[in-house]
Amino acid sequence: MLKKTLAALALTSALVATQSVADGHQIDLSGKTVEWIIPFSETGGSAKWANFYAPLLSEALPGNPTVVVTFNPGAGSTKGANAFQEMGYEDGTTIFGSSGSTQFPYLLSDPRVRYEYSDWNVVLASGTGGVAYLPPELSAQLGDGGDASALQGEDFIYGSQGATRLDLVPLLAWEMLGLQVEPVFGIEGRGDGRLMFERGEANIDYQTSSSFLSGVTPLVEAGTAAPWFSFGALDADGNIVRDPTFPDMPTFKEVCEATEGCETSGEQWDAWKAFFVAGFPAQKMVFLPAGAPDNAVATFTEAFAAIQERDDFAEISRARLGVYPQLTGSAAQTAMASATDVPQEAKDFVINWLSERYGVVLQ
Amino acid sequence: MEVFATAFPALSDAFAMILQPHVIGYLVLGVVMGLCIGVFPGLGGIAGLSLLLPFMFGMEPVTGLALMVGMVAVVPTSDTFASVLMGIPGSSASQATVLDGFPMAKKGQAARALSAAFASSLFGGLVGAAFLTVFILAARPIVLLFQTPELLMITIFGLSMVGILAGRVALKGLVAACLGILVGTIGEGASSGALRMSTYDMPYLVDGLKLVIVGLGIFAIPEIIALLRRDKAISDRAPLGGGWAEGVKDWWANKWLSVRCSLIGVVVGVIPGLGGSVVDWIAYGHTVQTAKDKSQFGSGDVRGVIGPESSNNAKEGGGLVPTLLFGIPGSGSMAIFISAVALLGTGSIEVGPSMLKNNLDFTYAIVWLLALANVVGTLICIAASGGIAKLTEIRFALLAPFLFMIIAFAAFQSRQEIWDLVALFGIGLLGILMRRFDWSRPAFLIGFVLAAPAERYTNQAYQIGASRFRRGFEDGIEYVFSPIVIVLIIITLLSVVIGLRQAKNIQAEGSVAAGSKRAPVVFLLAVTAYIALTYWNAAIIPDFARMDRVFPVFVATVALIGCALLLVQMMRADETSAIFADREAEEADDNVHGLWATLGWFASLLVASAVFGFILALAGFLLLFIRLRAGKSWGYAAIYTAVGIAFICAMAWTLNRDFPPGVLQSFVDLPWPLT
Repeated sequence: MLKKTLAALALTSALVATQSVADGHQIDLSGKTVEWIIPFSETGGSAKWANFYAPLLSEALPGNPTVVVTFNPGAGSTKGANAFQEMGYEDGTTIFGSSGSTQFPYLLSDPRVRYEYSDWNVVLASGTGGVAYLPPELSAQLGDGGDASALQGEDFIYGSQGATRLDLVPLLAWEMLGLQVEPVFGIEGRGDGRLMFERGEANIDYQTSSSFLSGVTPLVEAGTAAPWFSFGALDADGNIVRDPTFPDMPTFKEVCEATEGCETSGEQWDAWKAFFVAGFPAQKMVFLPAGAPDNAVATFTEAFAAIQERDDFAEISRARLGVYPQLTGSAAQTAMASATDVPQEAKDFVINWLSERYGVVLQ
Repeated sequence: MEVFATAFPALSDAFAMILQPHVIGYLVLGVVMGLCIGVFPGLGGIAGLSLLLPFMFGMEPVTGLALMVGMVAVVPTSDTFASVLMGIPGSSASQATVLDGFPMAKKGQAARALSAAFASSLFGGLVGAAFLTVFILAARPIVLLFQTPELLMITIFGLSMVGILAGRVALKGLVAACLGILVGTIGEGASSGALRMSTYDMPYLVDGLKLVIVGLGIFAIPEIIALLRRDKAISDRAPLGGGWAEGVKDWWANKWLSVRCSLIGVVVGVIPGLGGSVVDWIAYGHTVQTAKDKSQFGSGDVRGVIGPESSNNAKEGGGLVPTLLFGIPGSGSMAIFISAVALLGTGSIEVGPSMLKNNLDFTYAIVWLLALANVVGTLICIAASGGIAKLTEIRFALLAPFLFMIIAFAAFQSRQEIWDLVALFGIGLLGILMRRFDWSRPAFLIGFVLAAPAERYTNQAYQIGASRFRRGFEDGIEYVFSPIVIVLIIITLLSVVIGLRQAKNIQAEGSVAAGSKRAPVVFLLAVTAYIALTYWNAAIIPDFARMDRVFPVFVATVALIGCALLLVQMMRADETSAIFADREAEEADDNVHGLWATLGWFASLLVASAVFGFILALAGFLLLFIRLRAGKSWGYAAIYTAVGIAFICAMAWTLNRDFPPGVLQSFVDLPWPLT
């Protein structure tokens, strides 16, 4: 169902894009260099994502411009995003790749944020999912449907990158399940968190889908880790459904329903869902700067749609991106809207929770 | 036996993959590119690898690996040129090489130092590969034994090297190391995000200072300024005969030292989380501790080159273990390596826990490509070293502007802001003063490098340990005092005791005469004031972020006690005491130019960059410097400038980088490279 809807959306967007080409309203980029700004260092996940797309984008754009990925790291990506906000549209040779770490400070009213998503023009939204896992002996204590009641007395340690980052989603989820999870801050990437789990120092962890497939699946096969739940995926109506990459795993919603004391409605649930939607189904997006004309947006939209129509796309993207929707056109706009337009109550709840639980004050 | 049954077929597969003409061809190409980039200080493997990334997509896996491994492998070899010839640590891998390599170059033994370094690098690389071939099969469970308390102890062991490098006045070394740590804590705390010595109004400081800037500032700038003031060539005497053959003989005479340091390199490189930035210091410390005659260390003992250089290439091999087996990059260049591997072929090679099971042949191919790249790289370097060593005979005033250009460009790669240059200049000033008053710069750098891991592991070990103790007292003790931790504690204690006993004999930066009392006291007071400020700044961090407060407060307290004791000693000691060491007195006869006049040149480059942008400012700087300071004709200066600008533009264009813009650029749109 989900796949079909998304495919239909992608097709529609491709059609829209094709029409604009037929009208001759397409910008020509031959002989130019498109600069793809990534507000992180060369070594992060966004770099991998952009490096995957850059050569494909170069082939797909009219005039086959050179596409180079440039890095402008700093202040958890807010520096690069602020710089992009200052740039106006010139000739379509500047694009920007944002990530969940750009979205969250924006949603949490971080004082460093001076950018505004609604000014920008989204041309691609790449989603991902996440999976929480446990050591086998703790996993064995789970009840039916992943019921966490038996684990509520356990002393959990979790290697975290920071409570205001994407880690907010699993931390809040575990708290809703009644678990006592102490985050150990200061790890540098989720890979380090997994290593801490492998060393037996952390006894709960989560990874994004592609890292779970490459890093944790071997542990599951070796019997040293057991998957618990996925965060799920969104269907076309915005409901949380099972993650297509992990159809056999219950979603957090199912686990929450199975666990006494965890509610799938109300303030806390709404806040969790809002931040999950902001962080995962549209985690990485590509933007043209403010003021980009329709034909430029259409040109890039069509190029990203064309990339996904390559015969080998499924094969080459599986290892790099996971089996997740790569949305363009109106689907991307819908995804961006749901990722950046979080209800004020949800923001207030999370800001308050962060300050009470972790002493994080965002002034 | 079972191990060998799986290893041998994979190993022969690996060699069948490597030993094909086109694979070797790509390897050599990678090596040459790596050498070209590595020769320039501060531009390590990260720049080179990101240069290769666009070509990796869909490339045949073995050829792509050959290209990348060739490049990564030779960076720690080629950066030796800058360390030995100019006293500039080319990358974190060759910081310790500077200590003895550069004095050798000054004595006219540049070729000897270089070839000893290259022979050691080659040998270290081969030992690393051989060790890994066996070890990689058993590495996984061993690496997992290193939990947070073990990592903390290794960090502390690294810090204990300060004891050896502290210089004649141990207290000064201690305070220098604490100062380095405190500079390393600048910015957002890793634990709760509290700000230390920075505000959101100055976003540059929030992310902290980068190693490349601190390394270049603390070592390179003081040396360049000092050499410029003398206005001669780097080498102060005619080159000695023998050249490179003598260096190889030196290495052979110390082959067991080389073996030991190689093993240190592999083992420390294997442990994820430390990134190998301490390896060369530990190797240097080991070299000094095990040497009988220690009098020459710091003023050109060839063993001080052989030790660190043996370890730093072996470390690259060791660093493959966390990278390939756990998918956790040991360094920035390894992180790009991982993402590049995924681009190769159809993405069938998946770096991480499944690597050994599914791709053992590729794993071995990578290990031995690394070894082969070391051989090729070393041969090229030895062949080139005689020629490149002649740089030390050029009048330095002609070399310095060029060096400054490269260093400024390298520093700018850190954050691509004008503030990078300001930070370089500021740290450079501190470096100049520390050099002048004989405060150990190696100690400062070790402190800086280890500040982040020391704080992180302390906090994490404390948190996890507390959780274990809640579970049970025995659980906690077992976690905190594992056998590995106890062994490391013993080694550290021995190293500190031995180090302190010997420190007086080891002058890691040569001897320095004492001058007057006033200047050293003023400098000490300035350092004390900064540390007190840090203390106050950390102490006001509120309780909810206390994890970010404890560490800087503790270190600042130690440093303040050290400063107080130093002050007392200074009041008691008379003017000739080592505590008042002042290089101005030592070098007064040699210096043709004043410190401030020389420094003024570079300050003006900085200010002009802020106004006109880097390239315009650089053009003016090169032209005027060559004409006025070096005293060449306008024609000569114009050609020098043109060549310099063309060179830096070509480099930036290849690496796809911009230059720092100035105020001018915010008003006028200028074409690249002036933007």
